Amino acid sequence: MMNELVIVSGKGGTGKTSITAAFAALATNMVLCDADVDAADLHLLMAPDTRQHHSFEGGWIAVINEDRCTECGTCREMCRFNAINASYVINNIDCEGCGVCVDFCPEGAIDFPVKTCGEWYLSDTRFGPMVHARLGIAEENSGRLVTLVRQEAKILAEEKNLDLIITDGPPGVGCPVIASIGGAAGVVIVAEPTVSGLHDMKRVAQLAGHFKVPAMVCVNKYNLNSDQTEAIEKIAQEMNITNLGRIPFDPVFTGSMIQGKTIVEHANGSDTVIAVKDIWEKIINRY
Amino acid sequence: MIISVASGKGGTGKTTVATNLAYTLGTGVQVLDCDVEEPNAHLFLKPNIEQNESVYTIVPEIHKYRCSFCRKCAEICRFRAIAVMNEVILTFPELCHSCGGCFAVCPENAVAEKGRELGMIEKGRAGDLDFVHGRLRVGEAMSPPLIKRVRSYTREELITIIDAPPGTSCPVIAAMKGADYVLMVTEPTPFGLNDLKLAVEAVKLLNIPCGLVINRSDMGDRRVTDYAEQENIAVLMEIPFERRIAEAYSKGRLIVEVLPGWKEKFLELYRCIEKQINSGNLR
Repeated sequence: MMNELVIVSGKGGTGKTSITAAFAALATNMVLCDADVDAADLHLLMAPDTRQHHSFEGGWIAVINEDRCTECGTCREMCRFNAINASYVINNIDCEGCGVCVDFCPEGAIDFPVKTCGEWYLSDTRFGPMVHARLGIAEENSGRLVTLVRQEAKILAEEKNLDLIITDGPPGVGCPVIASIGGAAGVVIVAEPTVSGLHDMKRVAQLAGHFKVPAMVCVNKYNLNSDQTEAIEKIAQEMNITNLGRIPFDPVFTGSMIQGKTIVEHANGSDTVIAVKDIWEKIINRY
Repeated sequence: MIISVASGKGGTGKTTVATNLAYTLGTGVQVLDCDVEEPNAHLFLKPNIEQNESVYTIVPEIHKYRCSFCRKCAEICRFRAIAVMNEVILTFPELCHSCGGCFAVCPENAVAEKGRELGMIEKGRAGDLDFVHGRLRVGEAMSPPLIKRVRSYTREELITIIDAPPGTSCPVIAAMKGADYVLMVTEPTPFGLNDLKLAVEAVKLLNIPCGLVINRSDMGDRRVTDYAEQENIAVLMEIPFERRIAEAYSKGRLIVEVLPGWKEKFLELYRCIEKQINSGNLR
């Protein structure tokens, strides 16, 4: 049976990507997937050897054809995104790609080409194959690109007979996070012991509950504030979320990032790596 | 004046910079927390919430007795939020982008407007500060319309400080567009640098002047500084890693509360921003 584990956090910067990379170094028979398409960082630790590039066609964009436009005003009235200015030029950033202007223009003066919103890649890494992507700057539809990389990771796992997908998720609780966790076997929440970390962990845990994905939590940098660490673990218990353990605050995370390595490679034998290994054991024993 | 505090990478210190800057300036300032997926500024500013409102977006509801199953609504919807099969019509409100196409195209007047709750806006005061934040409903995917609603509370006579969400896609754009200045907060690590570059691209696209704060400035390498130099982006402030700062943050306290000496540094940060805006230099 194939399982997908998604690493999330709610709050950004709690250590999702570093911990995902450490899990990848510890796992076997695995496909790695970076679903943080908006600000992807996992490749910086994985040095992927990219075998395939694909463009991501995530939608359409409306373009007014000046020659045919009579400036009747219909499109400007109908656009709910205020994307068309008084000179009948469509602002690409505001255009949602809904096509309402295209369909209602009485002159048929609006073209609607498919828009390339990013790229996605199939790569090899020292730990196994990896699917990752890059959403274009200021683009929409990150959710669709997330869904696409997850699907490709699944196809790859099936092809290569690998039984685990480890997915690095995005921060927050919105569109790309929803697209990242739906249908996963479990989410691992990397929380940090701060008032923000606690607040955000609760929201992402609620989201996992909402989509009925079993959640587990580990506390990173736990010794920065033991009271908050305990508060997170208590809330996890109340929410029926498995507490996986604690990882100390350790500059080794920054050091390994600078080396382009996982902490497992960079600081093997350290207390931090032992803690992460222990957490990983607990996770795979559940699946 | 609108200053949007953004970063690309999450957890670099956007909220820390936004709240300390706002608190230091005090009177005549409003804070709009536009990180509606995970709003945190209130944990530090502890505002007194005086008003709240639920925010809805418009989605279709089909009056089945009027529907002739002509499929026009399903055809115009690029977001696959309406499906028609024989004499069955289904809507998927969570996929709807509220473009209004289905209402306009229906020949039978069978598509009615219904609300989908995006989340909540809370408004209040924190000492001298005006405070507004949005809180996306857990399970709701679309944050930009809620961010735009938070921004509709902008008061032009005040200095508006926006706490933006991480990333570089539509929610960040919604939190930066139309700002007079983008203050970017990063950390000097490879992740910080990679995401900073993406954020700078977004700011360039919007043509807004920007400057940089480097947080935990002594935990990493020189590459962020080199990049800033090469791109001609002014480094306006550096905050070294200090256990006292990290602990204060963990408890929901401001740097300027526990280390009052930082007030002068945040004032100086504001003066640099003001100077750069007035000089008309983008970077």
